[in-house]
Amino acid sequence: MEKQEDVLILAIESSCDETAAAVVKNGRVVLSNIINSQIDIHTLYGGVVPEIASRKHIENINPVIELALKDAGVTLDDITAVAVTYGPGLVGALLVGVAEAKAIAFAKNKPLVGVHHIEGHICANYIEHPDLEPPFAALVVSGGHTHLVMVNDYGEYEIVGRTRDDAAGEAFDKVARAVGLGYPGGPKIDRLAKEGNPHAVEFPRAHVEDSPYDFSFSGIKSAVLNYINQCEMKKEQLNKTDLVASFQNAVVDALVSRAMMLVRERNIDKLAIAGGVASNSALRSAIQSACEQNGIKYYSPSPGLCTDNAAMIGSAGYYEYIKGVRHGYDLNAVPNLKLGERV
Amino acid sequence: MRILAVESSAVTASAAILTDDIMTAEYTINYKKTHSQTLLPMIAEIFKMTDTKPDDIDVIAVSVGPGSFTGLRIGVATGKGMALALGKKMAAVPTLDAMAYNLYGTDKLICSVMDARRQHLYNNIYYFDEENSLHKLRQQSLSSYEELTAELNELGKEVIFIGDGVSAAGRFFEEKLTCRYEFAPAHITTQRAASVAFLAKKQAERGELVDAAAVKPDYLRPSQAERELAEKQEAETDA
Ligand SMILES: Nc1ncnc2c1ncn2[C@@H]1O[C@H](COP(=O)(O)OP(=O)(O)OP(=O)(O)O)[C@@H](O)[C@H]1O
Ligand SMILES: [Mg+2]
Repeated sequence: MEKQEDVLILAIESSCDETAAAVVKNGRVVLSNIINSQIDIHTLYGGVVPEIASRKHIENINPVIELALKDAGVTLDDITAVAVTYGPGLVGALLVGVAEAKAIAFAKNKPLVGVHHIEGHICANYIEHPDLEPPFAALVVSGGHTHLVMVNDYGEYEIVGRTRDDAAGEAFDKVARAVGLGYPGGPKIDRLAKEGNPHAVEFPRAHVEDSPYDFSFSGIKSAVLNYINQCEMKKEQLNKTDLVASFQNAVVDALVSRAMMLVRERNIDKLAIAGGVASNSALRSAIQSACEQNGIKYYSPSPGLCTDNAAMIGSAGYYEYIKGVRHGYDLNAVPNLKLGERV
Repeated sequence: MRILAVESSAVTASAAILTDDIMTAEYTINYKKTHSQTLLPMIAEIFKMTDTKPDDIDVIAVSVGPGSFTGLRIGVATGKGMALALGKKMAAVPTLDAMAYNLYGTDKLICSVMDARRQHLYNNIYYFDEENSLHKLRQQSLSSYEELTAELNELGKEVIFIGDGVSAAGRFFEEKLTCRYEFAPAHITTQRAASVAFLAKKQAERGELVDAAAVKPDYLRPSQAERELAEKQEAETDA
């Protein structure tokens, strides 16, 4: 049998405040992975400012792509196809990557593949786990999304549960702000919580009536805010360390219990986590031990591949490419693109 | 020398190919579809119609603003992507200058005006000298209707307005201008990639082409968040 040609994907990601480009071989091997983070600028404003993010993307995008090609030791002529995140995300930010990717694909006559950002987060798992193949269950926990998903095949996703209000990452960021840790809150809570008692305060584990797989984090968040207010009123010293440890524990508990329910009820033997909050150390160890207890194989990207990057878009883009997905030069950004949806 | 020019600073999407002294193609749409959906298909279409291959292009010219923030970025990213892929230099053409070029050779003042919302206009004032070289009276700016009207009244010369700022501020001008003025007719008042291409050629001749990495929109207006932060900091230093 003739040896199959390698498929090299140039991937571009600009959905939020990271300008990123990567070259990925056959969906699994990362030849380069360049990320230009704007976090320092947005920290001045206490959160991502869409217009500023878009302005930074257009300034940074060419050097980021050039470095990705150089690091991979390839030129555009070696590239099989160009993949780009076209949603969900900030529309102005997405449009920079989409316009750039389309122009490159046109100029070099390469196929263009639009990729769903959250599907990219899930596919980050393929990069470091050669043995991971669908079907598997995935828990997606990021800044804007909290989804419990069945990955039935490559590029085939079924949303089983979702948050009814705040995303997990959003809850982390809001609580961090309330206790004065600043932006971005997730990593800061993670670090501080290591020193705290996770059972100091018992926060509610919200259940969504009739939707056992759905999440709700606004209740936990409000309970934390109430607790802070009560401490202030009683003029008690607030133990931030115990508070964030208890908050984190409540969130982790809600996430782990739903995920384990899904793998049990559907008889799935593989569970992957994905998204920025998947880099949370408490969540990682809780899921890992729950999986070990239940004989389930557990997968997670290393922390650097959990947050936004283009390598994950290159992996997702590869599986779309080999399925024959192609986008035209009229590809637009779709800020509210749904998981599994194809536009 | 073959120049591809793109213009997407306002509602108009436009693409042109200038081959030496010949405008090989120009495609302009003044319709509310997003530039993200129209601009690259338009470029692809003029390439197809004129048997042009991307590799045939020597310079990529973009209209860098001022204008709609998102519109500018779509055009600039399209140009930067092509320049990166083809390894070609770019021309960063000021949008208002290119608009003034639509009125090549007039002996009157030209005032390019783009609607900047909140009763403001992105604008500049130009004239052509005896050799028909374009000159600006000053730097381009973001002015209120009042400011620009007062400036033109002060100059007291006959002026032709060009650009979509006329639909926004036309009534105001009619009431407040004391100098002679005219609004340019429809066939020359919109942004055109052909004018962008022509100015790019002049830049190339003067050795003013730039690396694609350095090209960015010239917004003339900071983002709202930056404005608010600056105001806050000012208030704090005043206090
Ligand atoms: N160690 C951590 N513990 C908890 N949360 C974390 C950690 N690291 C990052 N986060 C959170 O992850 C989020 C960022 O993740 P990600 O980059 O995937 O989100 P996003 O791209 O902004 O949103 P989305 O992917 O939903 O569009 C932020 O809310 C951040 O606080
Ligand atoms: Mg993300």
